[in-house]
Amino acid sequence: MTEAIATTPGLFPLPDRAKEELSDLKGHQKGDLVSGSESGEVVDVYERARSEAIERQQAAGLDRVVEGQLRWDDMLAHPLAVHDSVETRGIVRYYDNNNFYREPVVAGELDYDGDVAAELDAAAGVDQAVLPGPYSLSELATDEHYGDEAAFLDAVAGFLAEEAAALPAVETLFLLEPSLVTDPPDDGEDRRASAAVDRVADAVEADVVVHTYWGAIPEKPYAHLMDADVDAIGFDFVSDHETNVYNIQEYGTKDAVGLGVVDGQNTLVETPAEIVERVDWVRESVPAQEFETVYATPNTGLFFLPVNRFEAKLEALAAAAEEVSA
Amino acid sequence: MTEGRERFRPPDHDNDHFLMTTVVGSYPKPKWLNRAKELAEDGDHDFDDDRLEEAMDDAARLITDEHVRAGLDVVVDGEMRRNEMVEYFADRIDGYGFNGPVKVWGHNYFDKPSVVEEVSYGEEWLVDEYEFTAGIADRPVKVPITGPYTLASWSFNEAYDGDEQLAYELADLVNEEIVRLVDAGAQYIQIDEPALATTPDDHAIVGACLDRIVDDIPEHVRVGLHVCYGDYFRIYPEILEYPVDEFDLELCNGQYEQLDVFTDHEFTADLALGVVDAHTAEVESVEQIKANIRRGFEVVPPERLTVSPDCGLKLLPRDVAYGKMKNMVRAAREVEAELDAGEVDLD
Repeated sequence: MTEAIATTPGLFPLPDRAKEELSDLKGHQKGDLVSGSESGEVVDVYERARSEAIERQQAAGLDRVVEGQLRWDDMLAHPLAVHDSVETRGIVRYYDNNNFYREPVVAGELDYDGDVAAELDAAAGVDQAVLPGPYSLSELATDEHYGDEAAFLDAVAGFLAEEAAALPAVETLFLLEPSLVTDPPDDGEDRRASAAVDRVADAVEADVVVHTYWGAIPEKPYAHLMDADVDAIGFDFVSDHETNVYNIQEYGTKDAVGLGVVDGQNTLVETPAEIVERVDWVRESVPAQEFETVYATPNTGLFFLPVNRFEAKLEALAAAAEEVSA
Repeated sequence: MTEGRERFRPPDHDNDHFLMTTVVGSYPKPKWLNRAKELAEDGDHDFDDDRLEEAMDDAARLITDEHVRAGLDVVVDGEMRRNEMVEYFADRIDGYGFNGPVKVWGHNYFDKPSVVEEVSYGEEWLVDEYEFTAGIADRPVKVPITGPYTLASWSFNEAYDGDEQLAYELADLVNEEIVRLVDAGAQYIQIDEPALATTPDDHAIVGACLDRIVDDIPEHVRVGLHVCYGDYFRIYPEILEYPVDEFDLELCNGQYEQLDVFTDHEFTADLALGVVDAHTAEVESVEQIKANIRRGFEVVPPERLTVSPDCGLKLLPRDVAYGKMKNMVRAAREVEAELDAGEVDLD
């Protein structure tokens, strides 16, 4: 018997009114982005937007509720962008998208910060946390302190482990690792990337899903990732279903699985039936694997979408998960 | 009729050499135009679309004149009627719909459109804009058009199996528009393809789009391609195969670090070289711009060099945008005089 859990990798679009209010309050330039010490009015807008995001997920009937990461102006680079030991420089491209974030340059010790924990403490009703995975966060940043790649990845993993340990109790933690796909680790580095994930996952009681997207992880780093003590690996079945299913067939996966079956970057809204069909296709393609839990999710974070489509996708996803469970 | 670049040489041009000066296209809008748009969108006001039209005509006159005063040889209207480089066209093409703003970065958003059914030519795009500008300017007018690859890449695609097919369909529509523009008298068209920089591996798709775009367009129509903010070595020299007369490239922003890319393999087209930075709010000195122009001679001889800013100037304060254009023209004229006097080493 498989339990289907409808959830998301977070990173929601701001409600349109909050977009306007925050542009007016914060401004449009790089120096105006979130610093971790926002003023009263800005905090109020975020609080309202956060409550809306939570209510929206509850109304849609999602099985896990995220905070929405609405303050994450720099997307997955956020936890570093607000850190005291990090300088933010020019605007750089965010993966292969028409989106940009401030390049975070690590200039000192990455000690405990607490920004994400504070965000969740302020969000009643949230039962899933979202963090960048250590490999992706290290790939998004520039190191001017630790000196070599291995030491830097280790430092980022240590930092994220401390941030994760401080989170309030949640059911699930999603670690987002798109860089494992887009800039896969080389020989040797793949083992370290897996160990880094392990270290963050160890810091929490919650079930941990390492979610990958924008394609499929190459075989070797995937095989290494299987060594990490996580509850599930998440796959992008929108952008590359064949390679992802191959990875599962060839190397197996955990007892639980994350299935990115809703397109987070296209306004075309999938019907619940289409979503169910995609989940069934994966299950039928790996008959040897019996999943205890399926996390049915969009493949990516959802800020790429306009609000009306984002909302429609949450509803379709929740409805689909009920059918899968039924 | 004089053909080639010579047709753009002003009758009163003082120097024998002619380094054609122009801009990429967009320019800061006067604050009152933005205010007028807000009023027209606000149902509580009686500021109707006719008044907005009048305001846009006024702005187009003002900014075209600003280009003329700066001394540019080929002008545009600063794209006063266009809200955004994808939205404007998506609004006019049948098959597109809008769902609301999406984030580009920070609190900068755009109404990223969705292609919801097959695209087809809807409302007229740019003929009125061209005719108006040509009617008020005493010199040649260039028409910038967002290219089909960018129109496809920066939209949500709900209707086509892939973005490639969508780009080709859009290329046919761009071709249709250029035919109309040429009928109206346009002689200089610039296709803007910034999306090529984000996905350079698709350069063959952009080439196939351009083949469609120039289909049946008379030879004498000058067609340029603007590309910016990318790693040019990933698209060069392949882009030389494109059926265009001129490549308009951002290079000043990176202090000409990428210039070598274009000298390793002979540059066979005309080069419109970015000689002022579109994203720094300081006006470069005439001397600095002259040095930048001379960098262009490393790639092409003077008779194939066009002088232009890196990119659209719309994000700059207006006085800075004007200052950059004015200094750019002065620098070009001084370099021409030095070329005439044999003072520039072209080897």
